[in-house]
Amino acid sequence: MSERDLQRRSVQYRQALLRLIRTAKAGHTGGDLSCLDILNVLYNRILRVGPETFKGPDHDHFIQSKGHCAEALFVVLADRGFFPEKDLETLNRYGSHYIGHPTREVYGVEQNTGALGHGLAVAVGLALAGKMDRKDYRVFCLLGDGELAEGSNWEAAMTAAHYRLDNLVAIVDRNGLQITGSTEDVCQLSPLDEKFAAFGFGVQRCNGNDIGELVRTFEAVPFRPGKPSVVLAKTRKGKGVSFMENVAKWHHGVPNEEEFNRAMSELEAAQAALA
Amino acid sequence: MEPAQANLEVFSATLLELARQNPDLLVVTSDSRGSAKLAPFAKAVPGQIVEVGIAEQNLVGVAAGLAAAGKTVFAVSPACFLTARALEQIKNDLCYSDRPVKVVGISAGVSYGALGTTHHSLHDYAVLRAIHNVTIVAPADGFESREAVRAAAQLPAPVYLRFGKKRMPHLPRVDAGFALGKASLIRQGRDLSFLACGETVAPAFEAAELLAKEGVECRVLSLHTLKPLDYEAVRRAATETGGVITAEEHSVSGGLGEACAALLLQEGIHTRFKIMGFPDDHTVTGSQDEIFRHYGLDGPGLAATARKLLAKR
Repeated sequence: MSERDLQRRSVQYRQALLRLIRTAKAGHTGGDLSCLDILNVLYNRILRVGPETFKGPDHDHFIQSKGHCAEALFVVLADRGFFPEKDLETLNRYGSHYIGHPTREVYGVEQNTGALGHGLAVAVGLALAGKMDRKDYRVFCLLGDGELAEGSNWEAAMTAAHYRLDNLVAIVDRNGLQITGSTEDVCQLSPLDEKFAAFGFGVQRCNGNDIGELVRTFEAVPFRPGKPSVVLAKTRKGKGVSFMENVAKWHHGVPNEEEFNRAMSELEAAQAALA
Repeated sequence: MEPAQANLEVFSATLLELARQNPDLLVVTSDSRGSAKLAPFAKAVPGQIVEVGIAEQNLVGVAAGLAAAGKTVFAVSPACFLTARALEQIKNDLCYSDRPVKVVGISAGVSYGALGTTHHSLHDYAVLRAIHNVTIVAPADGFESREAVRAAAQLPAPVYLRFGKKRMPHLPRVDAGFALGKASLIRQGRDLSFLACGETVAPAFEAAELLAKEGVECRVLSLHTLKPLDYEAVRRAATETGGVITAEEHSVSGGLGEACAALLLQEGIHTRFKIMGFPDDHTVTGSQDEIFRHYGLDGPGLAATARKLLAKR
């Protein structure tokens, strides 16, 4: 898929996401929108996995440690054909597998997540098994930046470096906001690049809402031979909807009808500009 | 009964046997290969041990990832840390995610004796019993330890295996076989039943032998599988004998005793009943034997409890 096509796809995903959240009357809207471009590039350009190969042993793996943004993952998985889009109409409904956090009941989801600070260790185990078995699959793990306050991430980071897991790629959705406010006000994370480098990672920053930059960055992994990689993807929470961008209250805000219509108008204009 | 071998040593020897047959069997450990008696394993099959350092949360997460790739994984660490510090990883990464990792808690209960409460694991049955999709096993002796490890390796589901450090006697048994979820009949008797698990089965048997000299015949069951509990064996013990004493190296809250009590009460079975374990209090320290004696979990202590219970009308 060309970069232009990917850009158009991102806008479509944002529209689908807002429709989904509006129908379900729930969702982590801000974080969903910040990481959508990352998921788009991964699933449409980078990951060697699809609905046909998902059950096989040798595909690339993706673990969404940032589990509260399940809606974004579901939108992308549905578009990639893992399950019919209409299934998402049951999101958060009684008895549905499509719930607020990823579960393996949903075809295409690798690991149950939601509690933060869990995904990276599981990704390390998968990557380590790949090395032991001399397989060429890679393991990508998407983390939220606020999630990095969980110490389990740094335990996993040490193990990843110790075992020289250059088949592991951690991606930090660095939108700078968490539910209470700025990540730096809540518990200072910076300098993340120096921290990950000190933990033994090859580090690259990129604009996590720029399709071209994401493609080039992911195509360059591993950044350092024999080291795990981390992509510090600078994003904007609520990206793509002007009044949601960089506003903490949209962490899990649900738009009312007027807000929804305004957001969709903006996205239609963005789509038209890409035509 | 002469002490034979520590259950933990049987575990490590059995694991090595299995690892030699299955190159996909891995042990993940958190700087505990020495205390887990895994040094011979590491020497014999060095490619099958993964060290993550002192990091129990990571231990379980990495084990989940290895299991996701098809490995048979034993995650080994002191029980006190593994089932407290990494409880959420056990719950989410293994049980909720259906990753069939074998979580092995070593030096469990009060094995660490004088190291104090930080190193005692008297909560693990309670917390794990409340989590869906984990089989909880506390073998009594070498035979049960060997069979439990073999059975756990075959089970396509998460298992918690609990081992102490003490050398345990080989127990006589009425039932020759072993199956997860099925109590082992150690001694037949109609006057009273001791329902025990792990390293309290041997003192329960000792108590039964002491009482036999007084003409009181006690049934002794090893309820090595706390979950799923062998309900039928518990029911029969309560209805076929004159009372039930449960014995466990665990808090009286949420362990074997409460599991049996809840079952019997809900079934409408009323009998003389006593839960022997650790009270809801700071734990006394000392050797494991001294601590058992302090709380009446040794042979003479359990026999004394039996006499009192039988005297009740």
